[in-house]
Amino acid sequence: MTGLPDLPAAQALPATADVAVIGGGLVGAAVAWGLLRRGLRVVVLDEGDLAYRASRGNFGLVWVQGKGLDFPPYAHLTRDSADAWPGFDAALTEASGVSPMLTRAGGYGFCFSQAELDKAAANMARLAQQTGGRFAYRMVGAEELRRELPWIGPEIPGAVHTELDRGANPLYLLRGLHLAIARAGGVLLPDHKVTRLAETGAGYTVETKAGTLSAGQVVLAAGLGNAALAPMVGLTAPVRPVRGQILVTERIPPFLNAVTSVIRQMHEGSCLIGATNEEAGYDTGTLPGAQAALAAQTLRLVPALEHVRIVRSWGALRVMTPDGLPIYDRAGPGAWLITVHSGVTLAPMHCERLSAAIAHGALPEALAPFSASRLAAMPEAARAAH
Amino acid sequence: MNRLDDLRRLRPLYDLAVIGAGPAGIAAARVAAEAGASVLLADLGTAPGGQIWRGVTQAPASRLAALGADYARGHAAIAALDALAIDYMPQTAVWSLAPGGSGGLPEDLQELGLRAHGATRLIRARRVVLATGALERPMPLDGWTLPQVMTAGAGQILLKSAGLLPSGKSVLIGSGPLLWLLAAQYLRLGHRPQMILDTTPPGRLSRQPGQALGFLATGYGRKGLGLLAAVRARVPLRSGVTGLRIARDETGLSVHWAEHGRAQHLRTDLALLHQGVIPNLSLARAAGCAIAWDAAQAAFRPVTGAAGQSSHPGLRIAGDGAGIAGAEAALASGEIAAAAALAEIGLLPEAPRPGAERRLARALRGRGFLDRVYTPPPEARRAQGAALACRCEEIRADTLDALLHEIPVSGPNQLKSHTRCGMGPCQGRMCGPGISETLAAQQGRPVEEIGYFRLRSPVTPVTLAELARLAEPEAAE
Amino acid sequence: MFKRSDDPASAPVRFTFDGRQMTARAGDSVAAALLAGGVTRFRDTPVGGAPRMAYCMMGVCFDCLVRIDGIPNRQACLEPVTEGMAVERQPAPAATGGELR
Repeated sequence: MTGLPDLPAAQALPATADVAVIGGGLVGAAVAWGLLRRGLRVVVLDEGDLAYRASRGNFGLVWVQGKGLDFPPYAHLTRDSADAWPGFDAALTEASGVSPMLTRAGGYGFCFSQAELDKAAANMARLAQQTGGRFAYRMVGAEELRRELPWIGPEIPGAVHTELDRGANPLYLLRGLHLAIARAGGVLLPDHKVTRLAETGAGYTVETKAGTLSAGQVVLAAGLGNAALAPMVGLTAPVRPVRGQILVTERIPPFLNAVTSVIRQMHEGSCLIGATNEEAGYDTGTLPGAQAALAAQTLRLVPALEHVRIVRSWGALRVMTPDGLPIYDRAGPGAWLITVHSGVTLAPMHCERLSAAIAHGALPEALAPFSASRLAAMPEAARAAH
Repeated sequence: MNRLDDLRRLRPLYDLAVIGAGPAGIAAARVAAEAGASVLLADLGTAPGGQIWRGVTQAPASRLAALGADYARGHAAIAALDALAIDYMPQTAVWSLAPGGSGGLPEDLQELGLRAHGATRLIRARRVVLATGALERPMPLDGWTLPQVMTAGAGQILLKSAGLLPSGKSVLIGSGPLLWLLAAQYLRLGHRPQMILDTTPPGRLSRQPGQALGFLATGYGRKGLGLLAAVRARVPLRSGVTGLRIARDETGLSVHWAEHGRAQHLRTDLALLHQGVIPNLSLARAAGCAIAWDAAQAAFRPVTGAAGQSSHPGLRIAGDGAGIAGAEAALASGEIAAAAALAEIGLLPEAPRPGAERRLARALRGRGFLDRVYTPPPEARRAQGAALACRCEEIRADTLDALLHEIPVSGPNQLKSHTRCGMGPCQGRMCGPGISETLAAQQGRPVEEIGYFRLRSPVTPVTLAELARLAEPEAAE
Repeated sequence: MFKRSDDPASAPVRFTFDGRQMTARAGDSVAAALLAGGVTRFRDTPVGGAPRMAYCMMGVCFDCLVRIDGIPNRQACLEPVTEGMAVERQPAPAATGGELR
């Protein structure tokens, strides 16, 4: 009864690794597990408990609808990754004993006015045309929506529905990835913020407060931290924080199997409500005004939730690029940059296709359009507008 | 005192907002009102008094007599507010507190989110005194979530507020002055507890004879000694109790423990647990006040200056919420904090309060002794084995151990995200202190370095309708 | 489990618990009134379906959650009991049949 069971001492920083993954969030962990499955020696260097963690503050959507409008490579990447999710889910569950709880009931993108609905219809038609019809979807009108979701509020004019949209539990996903990494022999080190990176010719030295690591390749998956790290290895990551506030309700009886753009019910019964889009710098605070607006929107959508209580809230920072699209890039003998704000949707892609590319040492053709060099061609005005 | 029951009747801006109407809050509100400041006193209870003076204004004479003079004097402290111009808002939860300069607020205005009777409102104050008091230190033993198991503080609240005594057998379990006080109060009203199971580590008292004598010379000390003698004469006491576990079946509870290595148990109807009190920090944390670990009290406490200054210029913290010191100290520190806050905004001359300073110093005498004797040992402060670490999410301590065994966890927030520990409606109030200590023990690092759950508003649950109402135009006025 | 230590000062307050008539005193919290009436199971937990009773009596632990006049998740220890109040034991959400209410 007294004392804790004998626990292993915290892992020490090894002297060498095949790949150093900088960042232990959803992106870094997915890549790391993929690399470990390919037999590489991997060290994951993570920050501390209060780092800016988009992985702990997200909605967990595997979201396809609308993604990649006017940029088909992103639409295809998203679709490929979503298609890979069921297999990834099964593999991770087997490796870690933790299921990421992939949903299979499709997704609704709600529209709160006729104008929004018309715009969504036009966008989806354009996306379908741009991708050769790869995105099956339905425009759902008011009456049909009421038949499918009887609790829907009277003001909601309609929604976009796709069978492709899914959701995972982002917290279970991260826990599963961390467990899978540990079980595959990976070294996962919290409180090892990387302070300096340098190319050595054949590889890289990675400096942390706790010591230095020599790695053949480095993967920058540090979210907002990539902005400072990328230039050290000849890359650029022009990212900025965009705050999202999320409300979490108490557990309530199940009413919503599908995922949606603004509310989802997790398997244990609580609902996530979100999210705001705010330019607030590195302030992760939660504000009553923004929370009130989220609550008001939710009650327009689901009036029956009026007495349901909010028990938690988050303010987390999205990792946003000037054009809102991911950056995948590579430089030198093996420096990789991954900057996305869809760490859940793209987890299978990171774990499988990207880790394979890293193991082979070349950026795949499908990821070439995502190089940061595209941003240099972007006019200043357009960058500022995003 | 202007007792209000409708948030719409509050002013949009007060000179001073006092959160909590226990001794510290009462003293702070009184000082402010006497200085002519506009003051809001917001409190969760139905009447002023906090937990220490809970129900005192309604208690019949017989109950007042049995509960003792320290309780009865609350009557006068509360009555002193009657003639003052204080906006008093009972049954009100403060669910958010934004310090000046945060989230676009002007530097010199703080914003409070209030909820009462199904309504919510944001109001502002030039200065805030947080007087949120204490809560009982969680005592996470196996069985602490069962029906018929409560805290001793809960037992005392039932006595103070409703005159309730155990009707069957009761056993008092744990350590600290409140356990003995409750036993004495029960005895005076005719209920004799079956047994006291004292978990105070043996030898604590004899190890500091010097301090013991010093403490006994204080008023608290003399009273405490008398109490101990009265209870010990009538209630069987078991000392050096460890390995506690409680089980329940259709006929009641069975309490199991070890005493000098020997297994013991008894059957009872009500188990009352207590191992001291710790500052109630939810609001201070959500407001972003700097918090430190107090090793002597084995508890987190806000970093405060001599007049209760927190790390935010507009927020002061008084009473047990700034570190456990008791009701006398709370009265004095509430007065000192409010006077300093009002001086800052020019509503009182800047002047020392020698009377309050003297009372505070006197009240603090003997505190170190109490801490050294009664602070529970580390292994009693965290859940272990089959005990639930998190009451809300029902997560066993050994489940956490198994995870910590397998993957490195950077701190309480990562553990929360991995396990849901701390995600329930109590928002970690019951599991948080134990979780930080579990990680500290597991990683061999100081608790201060491990830190705590990051808390955010709403710090107390608010319904979607209540929250949404803030978005309506009239609510913004 | 509990009994009164003194005589009532005013007329009893009548309320119901799961439809059963109960009496309380003016000034009682719902939790105190239920405990005085011998109720030990206030709710079942949403995770394991375990019975819970009021624990801290000061609004901290959220174990005393009950349904009051149709509204779930009210903290019985903070809510004063009133004449005619309908209090119900709160079942685990999974046991409510999946109806959104």
